Amino acid sequence: METIVQYFIIIPLAAAFIIPIIGKRVKIAAPVVSCAALLGMVVLSVLAASSVSVSKALVYKVGHAASALGISMVIDPLSAFMLVIVNTIALIAAVYSIGYMEKYTDKWKFYTLFMAMVGGINGVLVAGDLFNLYVFLEVAAIAGYFLVAFGIEPEALEASFKYAVMGTVASAFILLGIALLYGYASTLNMADLAGVLAAAPQAHALKLVAVLFIMGFGLKAALFPFHAWLPYAHSAAPAPVSAMLSGVSIKVLGIYALARVLFNVLGITPAIAAIFITLAVLSMVIASILAFGQSDIKRLFAYSSISQIGYIALGLGIGTPLAILGALFHLLNHSVFKSLLFMNSGAIEHMAGTRDLNKIRGVMVNSPVTGVTTLTGALSICGIPPFGGFWSKLIIIIACVQVNRPGLAFTAAVVSALTLAYYFKALTPALFGTGPEFKHKRVGLSMGTAMIALALICVISAGMLLPNAGNRLMKDAAAVLTGGKAYALSVSETPRQTPEPGIGSGSGAGSGHKK
Amino acid sequence: MTAYILCFALFSVGLYCIARKRNIIKIIIGIGIMEYAVNLFFVLLGYKKEGRSPIFAADQAIKNMVDPLPQAFVLTSIVLGLSLTLMLVAVAIRIYEKYGTFDITKINRLKG
Repeated sequence: METIVQYFIIIPLAAAFIIPIIGKRVKIAAPVVSCAALLGMVVLSVLAASSVSVSKALVYKVGHAASALGISMVIDPLSAFMLVIVNTIALIAAVYSIGYMEKYTDKWKFYTLFMAMVGGINGVLVAGDLFNLYVFLEVAAIAGYFLVAFGIEPEALEASFKYAVMGTVASAFILLGIALLYGYASTLNMADLAGVLAAAPQAHALKLVAVLFIMGFGLKAALFPFHAWLPYAHSAAPAPVSAMLSGVSIKVLGIYALARVLFNVLGITPAIAAIFITLAVLSMVIASILAFGQSDIKRLFAYSSISQIGYIALGLGIGTPLAILGALFHLLNHSVFKSLLFMNSGAIEHMAGTRDLNKIRGVMVNSPVTGVTTLTGALSICGIPPFGGFWSKLIIIIACVQVNRPGLAFTAAVVSALTLAYYFKALTPALFGTGPEFKHKRVGLSMGTAMIALALICVISAGMLLPNAGNRLMKDAAAVLTGGKAYALSVSETPRQTPEPGIGSGSGAGSGHKK
Repeated sequence: MTAYILCFALFSVGLYCIARKRNIIKIIIGIGIMEYAVNLFFVLLGYKKEGRSPIFAADQAIKNMVDPLPQAFVLTSIVLGLSLTLMLVAVAIRIYEKYGTFDITKINRLKG
């Protein structure tokens, strides 16, 4: 069972390798290979999700190295939960791309980069040590920079350049944090590191490391003061890429990595929780206010992403089991409906030939499929009761009240109302208004299927809360974060061994004069 | 200790270059400087004065060895930095084709 862990990296990277070889000559090969690979990974991720629990993580040691110095890949309930989301969204986005990417040339290049990005994201999720987390984060990020610029319009190139510069600064901060941590603890294996740090006294260096990680991963997650790149990058990219970046990438590279490092490795302190909550509230409020002024449909969705990421960070900052459950459930819901909305925006742009909300009129009449799915996604993100978005926001608000923070609960409720207001203002005329007919009236089979599939997940995702459904997985995933450093115990069944004493003592001495 | 402080100074030079320079080629060079500073810091962490290469054999006394792990990390990091630089330069060339300038303040069609 442990051996399946490696396939989450091998399959997408192998697909990214095969597609350029055959995809250039055989046009159909690129989408077929990537959809098949992603379908396989959805099955594998469900299999992995069904076989992990809080006490039992899947650990694969690369090259069967017995010590903490080797590379290990870990799937625990949190990774498994994220893997299921990532691969499902990626599969649907790949299906959507078959139709959407028709207007671009060299589609095989798109699928190559797409699979490389999925490989990087999966790699971040299964990485058992911080350095591999960083490497896969860079793989996913560089593929992302390319994908944003894929259309090579001036705007796309500009957005890609700005995104790449900011992303690189973030990566440099992360690597600096990792280097400091290595200098302090002489290990980077996350389970091992948690053990070493728990035994060592709390040094000031660790606070600096935590701040560097919050800056670095916070920029990847587009939390408020670090959000400037997101509206550019997500609105300039092709629609399936926006769906992946907004639906999956910011959550895995930002929120997941930050939560994993802070909760399971460094340990969460009241000060860090307070930073989390502050950034979360600022993101929620400021991004929803900025969203009011947007006339470009994709920029509207991008600002709403920043605001919704705030909800997830708020849940994590409060840190009670219920709040973390709410945060993870909101993460799931946001992945689904934000991918759906970006795909809708792509379909609308494809049909109407514009992204300007002042010009788009009558989507519902011209294309009922796009209209109804857009409405589903919008209702879900606004928190209208039967949909998943309502329940996740409700859980977060209840958790705020439980820890006696009515101010936060009130803010979350107000931001939810603001969300409803700006979506209502922007989308009502676009969906129901009357205007000139669209140039194209059909979205095509692949785009339609993808949007309907995501809309269905939107409707049924509330079922995850029912007992015996996905609830066990989500509860276990939340328990991984609330358990804090107990994660280390579930991963490292064998205590730390140093078979080669030279390395351990050598680096220990190397770091000695640093402190 | 001085070496570490100089590394941070180099890092700040790179950051300054990214934040203040208007020419996008200079920004890319700034990114390179910043990456080199982090890599240098990382590899210095494992350095020992007059240390020797870490070779383990039955007859070798284990003392005064350089930590090889940061070197492996930094090699990987350099490769990532190379691919990133290539990507940025490729985008910069395309930007020059479309906008006719390298000045970041004139590349601003995304305002709004």
